Amino acid sequence: MQPPAEFVHWMFATGFLLLGLCLFAQAIVGDEVWRRRAWRAYLWPSLIFLMGVLMWPVMVFFTNSTVHMLAHGSWAQVMMLAGAAELGLVRGKLHNPYWRLTMPLAFLVSGAALLIHEQNGWFFARSAFLHHLIGWTIVGFAIFPFAATFRPRSTFWRSGFAVAFVVLGVMLYCDRDVAPVFGHIASQAGAPHR
Amino acid sequence: MSTQLASERAAVRRSARALTITALGPATMLGGVVWAFLQPYRITLLHPHGQGFWWLAIEPPLLVVLAGIAFAFLVAPGVIEDLEAHEDGR
Repeated sequence: MQPPAEFVHWMFATGFLLLGLCLFAQAIVGDEVWRRRAWRAYLWPSLIFLMGVLMWPVMVFFTNSTVHMLAHGSWAQVMMLAGAAELGLVRGKLHNPYWRLTMPLAFLVSGAALLIHEQNGWFFARSAFLHHLIGWTIVGFAIFPFAATFRPRSTFWRSGFAVAFVVLGVMLYCDRDVAPVFGHIASQAGAPHR
Repeated sequence: MSTQLASERAAVRRSARALTITALGPATMLGGVVWAFLQPYRITLLHPHGQGFWWLAIEPPLLVVLAGIAFAFLVAPGVIEDLEAHEDGR
């Protein structure tokens, strides 16, 4: 009953897509309007926190090496940390806005974990290509939540932050367990399937 | 005169924000539908015979459409209502 890894990627992609839509809407209308309804203020921080929690079963059930376990575990921790920090700020339990720096930290740690735990080259198979691409993309996109911490009213930085999650979702949707990338697939990768 | 122009421009900008929020959900749904047409083999419901549970339950283009529906019907209406109330000074 355990789903193949590609299905887990697609489910997380859907979560990131929803996250991106909510963040983009908040960037457009501003915090004052977005937080007029209490449940909405908690919506995307809760979603990030929940996705961090759900990374733990991924770590447990989809670990095929120590480095995979460390990567999945680090994603779980930084996503929970970023979500919890935002929840604390929204609730008023945390006051220092620099807690928002946990988000670029999560981006950097996640990107580094993706790059470090991928042992194969870019064109080994599609999953290897996407690990490299997503890793560098997340590291690059970390500038958006970082800048948004210091320019919280900037639509540009906050929209970029939202787009980061949409792009991440699109790349995760492209993932397959064994598939070629631009016609390349190493013989050791196995037989590609649908 | 210039004040009137400024307020008209502000009104246009405000409606543009509401329109953008309104369009986000349908645009996402459209993305899923376009993807389904480009890669119909990803919709296993079209040929369900012999497919396992996960292939039938998790179909990426449909997930994109579902995400768009969730945003369009659960999130966007309230945001637009609050945005318009905010713009009207309520």
